[in-house]
Amino acid sequence: MRFMMLMLPGGYENAPPGEVPDAASVARMMEYNEALQRAGVLLAADGLHPPSVGARVSFRGGKPKVTDGPFAEVKEVLGGYWMIDVKSREEAIEWAKRCPGSENEVIEIRQVQEMSDFPEDVRAAAAGFEAMQNRGR
Amino acid sequence: MSVAETHRAIEAVWRIEAPKLIAGLARMLRDVGLAEELAQDALVTALERWPQSGIPDRPAAWLMTAAKNRALDRIRHRKLADEKHVEIGRDLDEEQEAAVAAIDEGLDDDVGDDLLRLIFTACHPVLSTDARVALTLRMVGGLATDEIARAFLVPEPTVAQRIVRAKRTLAEAGVPFELPRGPERVARLTSVLEVIYLIFNEGYAATSGSDWMRPELAHEALRVGRVLARLAPQEPEVHGLVALMEIQASRTAARIDAAGEPILLLDQNRARWDQLLIRRGLMSLALAEQLGGGFGPYALQAAIAACHARARLPGDTDWRRIAGLYDALAEVTPSPIVELNRAVAHAMAFGPQAGLAIVEPLREEPLLKSYHLLPAVRGDFLEKLGRGQEAAAEFERAAALTRNERERAIMLRRARTTTGG
Repeated sequence: MRFMMLMLPGGYENAPPGEVPDAASVARMMEYNEALQRAGVLLAADGLHPPSVGARVSFRGGKPKVTDGPFAEVKEVLGGYWMIDVKSREEAIEWAKRCPGSENEVIEIRQVQEMSDFPEDVRAAAAGFEAMQNRGR
Repeated sequence: MSVAETHRAIEAVWRIEAPKLIAGLARMLRDVGLAEELAQDALVTALERWPQSGIPDRPAAWLMTAAKNRALDRIRHRKLADEKHVEIGRDLDEEQEAAVAAIDEGLDDDVGDDLLRLIFTACHPVLSTDARVALTLRMVGGLATDEIARAFLVPEPTVAQRIVRAKRTLAEAGVPFELPRGPERVARLTSVLEVIYLIFNEGYAATSGSDWMRPELAHEALRVGRVLARLAPQEPEVHGLVALMEIQASRTAARIDAAGEPILLLDQNRARWDQLLIRRGLMSLALAEQLGGGFGPYALQAAIAACHARARLPGDTDWRRIAGLYDALAEVTPSPIVELNRAVAHAMAFGPQAGLAIVEPLREEPLLKSYHLLPAVRGDFLEKLGRGQEAAAEFERAAALTRNERERAIMLRRARTTTGG
């Protein structure tokens, strides 16, 4: 099963544009990524630019509305993610525990939904959507 | 944390640590079987103690220490006086601290080499194929005996016995815990790749309805393949195999219908192909090719799979390239099945006559005598060439040979419509 390990660095909601982690913490993370890779569980990983250069699109009232970052009201923001393929939720947790995270960092673990997790009607709807995508190509 | 929760957490630690633990112990004890046994003992101890004491901060180090203490106990208990064993006992004391630190970091290069040694040992040619598969899953995959048994639909004692016998065979043959070098390395690596791909196919062929543990085998093989690619990054065929497995696995969600029946590649909903795995597969394939391994059997099969993966629609498929890749594959690993696939690729690229020319000699092939796809394919070519009566006879032959009811029905229908038309 696939899990996303979502890195939530405290304070990143206020990070200025262009802020990047320092060399030492990048080196520590690379070592961790290497361990994940050596274990054959890492599928993908990326770091994200701070929300100050991002944008939010909301849909209140059925109309898309764009707000440029930073987002004053948001407390926790994503700094990056790992996508891992493991046998159990516990294994995902065990890997997260091994991350060389710092004081202000939190990792949230979320399982990736698969088609087999959905009831029949949702699956049928998804199948229709896929067929439509195929026709569009 | 409840006992059950703790047990699941311990299993997770075990899955991550077992291969490194067994590999590290095997280097010290120079005995893979004993190393595996002691590692298992350490696991049992953890299962007894951790529910009360809580999971230690450094579980890997804890397991390693426990396993080594067991090793020392055993050696002392047996009171083996011969110098070799005494020496091992002393080595254990001395190496303990250093090794614990190394294992704990889990990033030490030696651990990597030990792990590679472990994989080579588990797939040693003195062992039967069944034994290699069981040992690899158990020692490299960290799977429990009952999980392996469920995955292969055999009773648990059968697997347990297989593992015991395999360990004995390794000991009796005096298989050293070493990395094979030179020409031997090539042969040994071939065996390793075969075992991994066999495990993959066992899981990939298992479609629906059965125990979830069977499809899990494909995941497991893919994971071991990825591990191997990091341990032996200079071996092109390792990347070739990983590429092949990644791309094949990318079709998992698209390859069976709601009734659990397989869907042919060209009929699959390509929107359900997993683009993440495809991307990984293409990257591994590029690595294999960069290392000069583009003509290895796995790399060639991966390249064929990649042609399909790159085609957004079935009609976009580069059949000429696929035909060329099958030509190369037929030279590297000639077999009637490759030849039959080559015929299909040539028919798609150059027309049914080209396919028929390749298929004709296969009719004399004893291995394909009762293989339903031969008449099915030949019938298809004949039908396209307007030779309806001959085609109908082939479809009827295919219907008589297949064991799949649905396939039989399709073949019989084609036999009728072909004659009629």
